Amino acid sequence: MSERTVPSAGRSEPPLLVAGGTLVDPVARRTRRADLLVRDGVIAAIEAGISEQLPRRGASTIHRIDATGLLVMPGFVDIHVHLREPGFEYKETIATGTRAAVAGGVTSVACMANTRPVNDSPAVTRFILERAHAAALAKVFPVGAVSLGLAGEQLAPFAGMYDSGIVAVSDDGMPVMDAELMRRALECAKMFGMPVIDHAEDRALVAGGVMHEGAVSLRLGLRGIPAAAEDVMVARDIALAGLTGGHLHVAHISSAGSVRMVRMARAAGIRITAEVSPHHLWLTDEAVTDYRTNAKMAPPLRTEDDRQALLEGLADGTIDCIATDHAPHHKDEKDVEFDCAANGVIGLETLLPLVLRLVEHGVLDLPTAIAKISSEPAAILGLPLGTLEVGRAADLAIVDPQREWTVDPSQTFSKSKNTPFEGWKMRGRAVYTMVDGRTVHEERPAGTHAKAGEAEREARP
Amino acid sequence: MLFARPHLLGLEGLTAPEIDFLLDSAESFKEVSEREIKKVPALRGRTVVNLFYEASTRTRTSFEIAAKRLSADTINLSASASSAAKGETLTDTARNLAAMRPDAIVVRHPSSGAPDLLARHVDCPIINAGDGAHEHPTQALLDLLTIRERKGRIAGLTVAIVGDVLHSRVARSNLFGLRTMGAKVRFVGPPTLVPPGFSELGAEIVWDLHEGLKDVDVVMMLRIQRERMNGRYFSSLDEYSRLYCLSADAVARAREDVIILHPGPMNRGVEISSTVADGPYSVIMDQVTNGVAVRMAVLYVLVGRRKAEAESETVDSEGGAPVALAAASPRRAATGE
Amino acid sequence: MSPTARDDATRVVLDAPQIQRALARIAHEIVERNKGVEGLGIVGIRSRGDLIARRLQHEIARLEGESVPIGAIDVTLYRDDISRGADHHLVQITEIPWEVDGRTVLLVDDVLFTGRTTRAALDALMDFGRPRAIQLAVLVDRGHRELPIRADYVGKNLPTQRAEEVLVRLSESDGVDEVAIRPAGPRIAAVPGPGGESKQTARTTRARRA
Ligand SMILES: [Zn+2]
Repeated sequence: MSERTVPSAGRSEPPLLVAGGTLVDPVARRTRRADLLVRDGVIAAIEAGISEQLPRRGASTIHRIDATGLLVMPGFVDIHVHLREPGFEYKETIATGTRAAVAGGVTSVACMANTRPVNDSPAVTRFILERAHAAALAKVFPVGAVSLGLAGEQLAPFAGMYDSGIVAVSDDGMPVMDAELMRRALECAKMFGMPVIDHAEDRALVAGGVMHEGAVSLRLGLRGIPAAAEDVMVARDIALAGLTGGHLHVAHISSAGSVRMVRMARAAGIRITAEVSPHHLWLTDEAVTDYRTNAKMAPPLRTEDDRQALLEGLADGTIDCIATDHAPHHKDEKDVEFDCAANGVIGLETLLPLVLRLVEHGVLDLPTAIAKISSEPAAILGLPLGTLEVGRAADLAIVDPQREWTVDPSQTFSKSKNTPFEGWKMRGRAVYTMVDGRTVHEERPAGTHAKAGEAEREARP
Repeated sequence: MLFARPHLLGLEGLTAPEIDFLLDSAESFKEVSEREIKKVPALRGRTVVNLFYEASTRTRTSFEIAAKRLSADTINLSASASSAAKGETLTDTARNLAAMRPDAIVVRHPSSGAPDLLARHVDCPIINAGDGAHEHPTQALLDLLTIRERKGRIAGLTVAIVGDVLHSRVARSNLFGLRTMGAKVRFVGPPTLVPPGFSELGAEIVWDLHEGLKDVDVVMMLRIQRERMNGRYFSSLDEYSRLYCLSADAVARAREDVIILHPGPMNRGVEISSTVADGPYSVIMDQVTNGVAVRMAVLYVLVGRRKAEAESETVDSEGGAPVALAAASPRRAATGE
Repeated sequence: MSPTARDDATRVVLDAPQIQRALARIAHEIVERNKGVEGLGIVGIRSRGDLIARRLQHEIARLEGESVPIGAIDVTLYRDDISRGADHHLVQITEIPWEVDGRTVLLVDDVLFTGRTTRAALDALMDFGRPRAIQLAVLVDRGHRELPIRADYVGKNLPTQRAEEVLVRLSESDGVDEVAIRPAGPRIAAVPGPGGESKQTARTTRARRA
């Protein structure tokens, strides 16, 4: 697949040495002790013992980060994020969303098109990129709409949006019900090497449902959404991907049936990739008990059997990557009757510890787990990101894997607080996040960081 | 103290002694309704708000009579959920109501879980008078009381619940209550209205009416909502009635001493034949009487207790009766609240 | 259930024969005062007042050869101190299966203390009709009235400290007939423990608040 060039800030700052850390290489799938030198925003060298050699090389002004006991990883790439700007700035802005991203070690995000106006034109794409540039935090890669206004009727201008910078197309949130339109989208996106990101839910089968259909929905008296609502859509779109040769990317896969079909489709040579969200990996429909609206999302949290199938799919590579589906909503959209509550949860700031938990639980080894949020998702979008390679942008997440913390919604950098993980004890946190060699987030030692975080938030208009 | 919960949101999770306590209390309250002066001063000066987002003359009246017989003041607030959706949210309403300092809120709402939401926003007892397809605990309590009176027990009975179980809060509350009290529950209806997932909640699923009524002690008919029979869940009301109308023939499959409950109002000739509705098995009038008694018991237990807790801290300084401390403390210790 | 585990300080003030004699005497007084039992009805206050009422009915029948109509009331719903008696026990059934109108009603309780239970019982009775007269019989009057109420028939006047507890136990409910006084103790410390013991405390409470 052709890789797109990503403009780099390319500032002339003094070189930076990340010394004494353990590097996690998601491509080679290994870890090793080495120093990493950043110069002009790119990774200039990766070697053991650079720190001893440096004086001889005559670099006098050099910044240094002591990464002893820390893990040095490529900055994370989250290919499913809702930044809400333009149009829903009360939920999130590009500035607050990317601030939340870098706080979680995420240095690149792909943002969905369901803004107001919808990102179905080069103008909106350019607007998003301008705002991202102004925020100067995480890199932002817009996803264009499949259909004008997400109405599911007419194709959006892929070529214009591509030239302006989109990396994929999706009607995320408003599944494309018209099979013919989906076919044409796959055909057209193929010309640009872009995937069609598929929010696979058959809206007729969703039928007003608000959670997974099963014993829990029957117990709570909530209208259920059968897993088949996802399965039939995945089945349909696999057939269309086979027909067109287009790249189908299944977003937030949630059912055991879908995982099986993706596995079979890939074996049959169909160009298909899939992502799963951390909440589908760690929660089930039981989380809805007591009508907790922060456990409401689309597709819904499913059963333990589905969850196990997702973990398996992740382990055997059927599921390529993990993406947050970060979907901020205002308190007033969640603190309502379950039926009326908005779908979605925030996820950027809890992504890393929930991925590290997979390692803890023996689902994946560390480099593979990190690959699922760096090199793999970057590859799906054809971005030269998410790797630790000399010559590549110095987008880094320097992680303290032992740092323990408790999820406190009042402490999020995101404008919204709708996390289903409130009160969870987490382990692992990005202590430095760098984009193009520039530190965009720095975690103070435990105990002081909360205050620092507050100060930063207050400083924002 | 046998009922220490702050609210009555549903029967799910209540223990058998808790349900027994409410039923025993209700039995005592029945006597009050048989007096010439059908009123006791127990909740004098207390305010009960009936907050109804769905029209339900029957349930609202029953709660209102119950509150009045306990001398509580009642305020009826009706709102259509659709108009509420445009304006004030339930959360806002809750906050406004809380400012009026009611002693209990009885709530009926088309959304499952709305009483839970309300309970998170106000600090007075919330009594669920029916939420969406979730629960209708006082209806199930009155059904349990009726069954217990007629059968002398609940444990060991087999109860068939017939009809649109999927959309029925009465069916769910009865399932939870009956199972806790040791009865067997059979759901009878077509698969569109009785999805197999209910077996995971402990119900036996039978699609055939005659088979479903075999040897049951109690038949509970659910009201069929005509608007559901729109060709999606079932072809038509006629089709439904053809298979599930409770006829004398079907009743003959049940035990000889079977009783038939119906939450009313009945669709005669649709879900129940007139012969059966007016027949000797029908205990529908008992249900109405027991409804008031059960609601009196629930209001008294939740509101009366609250009064006790609010005042018990000041007892010692008033020098009134030091027993309150002695009596209150073991109850708290025993319930862990 | 066994009687309360007795601590040393508890002192029995009436034993079974003394209780029996007191009730027999009260029965005599009732018959004498009312010149027979014509138009009389007995109502015991739950719980224990109703047991004593039944014994009085029996004693009166022995004297007069006539069974006086009997009833029982639960006054919980009439109390001004639901809060005080905070043991939120089961409201028991009230049954007075005869016309109260025009009768002389003999109200019976085990212990007369503040007078508040009697006040509640008077209110409750009035809701059942208009008795010709109401008389009050109690097994023990322990003083400390808070309302202008006095008993017409008293088994024993028992001077007590306000904080002391008077424990009435009857064979029908407690397996033994006796009245005892327990000194005021550390109230809260006295009651932890499983159901059995807290139930005991609840009973004690009922006796004391009479
Ligand atoms: Zn989506």
